[in-house]
Amino acid sequence: MLKTWRFHGGLRLPAHKNLSAHRPIVNAALPKQLIYPLQQRSGVQLKPTVTPGESVLRGQIIADSDHFLATPLHAASSGTVKTIEDRIIPHPSGLSDSCIIIDTDGRDEALASEPVADYRLEPASALRTKIRQAGIVGLGGAAFPTSIKLNPGPQRHIDTLILNGAECEPYITCDNVLMQAEPDTIVQGALILMHALQVGNGIIAVEDHMTEAYEALSAAIEQSRDRRLTVVKIPALYPTGGEKQLIRVVTGKETPSGGIPADVGVICQNVGTAASVYNAICRGLPLTERVVTVTGQGVKQQQNLRARIGTPISDLINQCGGYQDSVERLIMGGPMMGFALPEDDIPIVKATNCILAAAESEVATSKETRPCIRCGDCAKACPVDLLPQQLYWHSRAGNLEKCKEFSLFDCIECGCCEVVCPSQIPLVQYYRAAKSKTVAKAKEAEKAAIAKRRHDFLLERKAREQAERAERSRRKKESLAKLKAAETATEGAE
Amino acid sequence: MKFSTVMSPHLQPVNSVDRVMLQVLLALIPGIAAMTWFFGIGVLINITLAVVVALLAEASILGLRGRPIGSTLKDLSAVVTAVLLAISLPVIAPWWITVVGILFAIVIAKHLYGGLGYNPFNPAMAGYVLLLVSFPMQMTAWLAPIELGSVALNEVDWLKLIFLEQLPANIEFDVITMATPLDSVRTQLGLGRSVPEIKTDSVFGLLAGKGWEWVAGGYLLGGLWLLWRKIIGWQIPVGLLLGLGLFASICYAIDSNQFALPSFHLVAGATMLGAFFIATDPVTAATSVNGRIIYGLLIGSLVYIIRVWGGYPDAMAFAVLLGNLTAPAIDYFTRPRVFGQKA
Ligand code: SF4
Ligand code: SF4
Repeated sequence: MLKTWRFHGGLRLPAHKNLSAHRPIVNAALPKQLIYPLQQRSGVQLKPTVTPGESVLRGQIIADSDHFLATPLHAASSGTVKTIEDRIIPHPSGLSDSCIIIDTDGRDEALASEPVADYRLEPASALRTKIRQAGIVGLGGAAFPTSIKLNPGPQRHIDTLILNGAECEPYITCDNVLMQAEPDTIVQGALILMHALQVGNGIIAVEDHMTEAYEALSAAIEQSRDRRLTVVKIPALYPTGGEKQLIRVVTGKETPSGGIPADVGVICQNVGTAASVYNAICRGLPLTERVVTVTGQGVKQQQNLRARIGTPISDLINQCGGYQDSVERLIMGGPMMGFALPEDDIPIVKATNCILAAAESEVATSKETRPCIRCGDCAKACPVDLLPQQLYWHSRAGNLEKCKEFSLFDCIECGCCEVVCPSQIPLVQYYRAAKSKTVAKAKEAEKAAIAKRRHDFLLERKAREQAERAERSRRKKESLAKLKAAETATEGAE
Repeated sequence: MKFSTVMSPHLQPVNSVDRVMLQVLLALIPGIAAMTWFFGIGVLINITLAVVVALLAEASILGLRGRPIGSTLKDLSAVVTAVLLAISLPVIAPWWITVVGILFAIVIAKHLYGGLGYNPFNPAMAGYVLLLVSFPMQMTAWLAPIELGSVALNEVDWLKLIFLEQLPANIEFDVITMATPLDSVRTQLGLGRSVPEIKTDSVFGLLAGKGWEWVAGGYLLGGLWLLWRKIIGWQIPVGLLLGLGLFASICYAIDSNQFALPSFHLVAGATMLGAFFIATDPVTAATSVNGRIIYGLLIGSLVYIIRVWGGYPDAMAFAVLLGNLTAPAIDYFTRPRVFGQKA
C-alpha cells in the first residue's frame, strides 16, 4: 500500500453513487441528430471543415483550428451535415453559439482506422500528433488537450504519471464503471502515456470505496507484468479529484500557486482519457464516444451510458425512462462544480461526465442568506487554505486589490466554503464575479497600455522624422554653404 | 424541456445560523435547570423578560433601519444574547436592570455597529459590563442557594421581588442574599484568612460554591454537547480553560494559602458558561483555528488576572471584551499559508 498525504479542509459529502455505480455500462442508441458546438472548450473556436449537404463518416474530422489549445472534432456516426447554425451550447453562460448539425443515416459507417503497430517504436512527438489528431482531451471535465499536457517542455523533468480515478463529486460514477469494465484498456493507455512522457512511475488513484475498480485494475496490472504501474486507494474526500489536491494526496507534493503539475514533475490524466488514448493509438479510433453518468432522483433509471459525443441530452434522458415529476434542475457535471442547463436539447461534449437531473429535494432551491457571522467554517473547509470569509468581504466591496492579496486566483471554485456556510451566503458567486472583474480590468489595462505604446510610438516617430528632416535640411544647408565656399574659393583662385 | 439555471454549487447548505442558535439555546438548558433548582424561578422570570425585551428592541431597530423583521428575528441571535445576559445577572436583579442591559446589548452593542455579524463586542457581555459599572450594588447582590437554608419564595413573591422590588413582609434582604463564592474568597483573603480556612465556610461545596458547582456542571454538559454536535470548535473552550488553569496552578503552587485551587477557578463563577457559550461567540472571536487557541488562552489568563488582582470578583465579561479587542490582530497574525504558496 502506498503512503498517502492529506490536504487541508475538504468535505465528506453524501456520495449518492449507488444510484448508478453497480450497473453495467449500457450502449446508448444512435441518435437521429448529432450536435457539435464549435466551441468545445471555452474560448477556443474551431472552424468547420465540412459544409452543409456534405456526407460524413464516423471518425471523420468535421472541425479543427490551429489555435494551440484546439483539438479536431470528429463525426460520431455517418450521415449528412444538415446545417451549421446557432444553438444553445453547454456552457455556464447558457448562450448560443455556432454548431454543426449532422443528421445520422443509421448505417454508422466508419472511416478506415489506422492503428499503430507498436507504440513502443514510435517517438513521443509522433504519439502526441496521433493523440491530437484523435481529438483527445481530458475527459474528467476540464477538456484540456492531452497532447499539450504530454509536452511539458525540456526545462521540466517529469517523473510521475498519475491517472485520476478519484471521482470525488457526488453522483458521478462514469470513471468507476469504466475502471470496472475496461481495466486493461486503461492500463494499456497508461503505459502508452508513460512511454510518451518517458516516465518510469505510474500511479492510478481510486477512492477507497471503489473496491471492484481497485481489484479489476490490480488484476490488469498483474497481467501486463509492468511493475512501473501501481493502483492506490485514497480517502474519499471532496475535492480530492482536483488535480493539485490529487497530486498532494498521492505524492505529498504541492503544486506551486499559479504553476502546473509539471512544475513538480507530475502529469495527471483522467482514467477515461487513458482509455481513449489506447483506442486512438492501438485501435486507430478517434474520440467520438464516452461514458456519461445519467443520474439524480429526477430521472427514472439512473445508469451509465456509452454515448456518442454530440448526442442531445433529451435523447439520453429518454433512454433512461424519462424524467420524474420531481425534476427541478438539469446539471452538466456534478452538484458541486457542474453548471445548470436551461434546456435539454443541448448535446453532450467531450468534457461531459455526468448529467444530473436533480429533484427538488436534492438541490438548494431557496437559501436563507444571513450576514456572515465570522464562524470560520469556510476557512476550515477550504482545500486551498484560503480565507473565504475575507475573500467574501473584499469581493463584495469590489476591492479587487485586496482580493488579490488574499489569493483570489488560487480559489478553485470547489464550493466547499459555500456548502458549509451557516449564513448560506453564495460565496462562490462573489468570487467568480470578482475574478471576471479583475480579468476585465487587466484586459482594459492591457488595451490602454497598447494604446499608450502606439501613441508613444507615433509621437516618437514624429519626433524622429522631425529630427531627421531638420538634420537633412541642416546638411543640405551645410553642403550648399560648402559648395558656395568652394565656388567662391575657385572663383578667387581664378 | 426547460429548466431554471442557478450557479454551482447546487448542493444544499449543510448548516444554518438559525440552527446554530437554536442548538446553543438547547445546550443552555441543563445549566439553567440547575440554576432554577438552586436559586429558584427568578432566573426563568429574568430570561422571559430579557427575551421579550430583546425581540421588541430588535424588531423596532430593524423597522427603523428598514430591514426585514420577521425573517431576521427568526435567526434567534437576539434570543441567545438575551438568555446569556439574563443568566449572568443576579437572580434577584430588579426588572429594570434586565431591561437596561438588554437595550444596551441589542441597540448599542449590536445594531449601532450594523447588526448580526458586524458587532465587534459580544453584546451580552457589553450589556453586562455596562450594568456592573453603573449599578454595582444590584449587580453583586446574589441570592443564597436554596441548599443553604435560604427562605423559599413562591411565584408571587418572585414576581413582586423582581417587578416591585418588594420582599415578603417577614423577610429581610440580608437574609436571602450572600456573597458569591468568588466574592467571599476575595473578601476573606482581604481579612487575612487563608484559603484552606475559607474553604471550610458553609458556602463551599466540593469544588466551588454549593449549588454553583452544579450550575457549572450543567453548562459544561451543554458545552460538551455543542462540541459533539460540532456547533462550536474545541479551540476556544480548551484554550480558555487551559489559560485559566495554568495561571491558577502556577499561583497555587507558589502559595496555596493565598491562591485558591485551580479546580475552584475552573468551576467557580462564569468560567464554564464563558468558556463554552460566551467566548465562543463566532462574531466577536478570532476566526482562524490557531488564532482561536490563542484567543482562548488569552481570555482564560485575563479571567485569572482580573479575578485575583483586578477590581471585580468575576472577570469573564471584562476578559471577553478585551479578547474581542484583540481578535482582529490575532487573525492577522495567524493567517494560514495558502496551498502552493511560500510561507
Ligand atoms: S462560513 Fe459563512 S458565516 Fe462563516 S465565516 Fe465563512 S462566510 Fe462567514
Ligand atoms: S470555492 Fe474557493 S474559497 Fe471556497 S473552498 Fe473552494 S477554493 Fe476555497
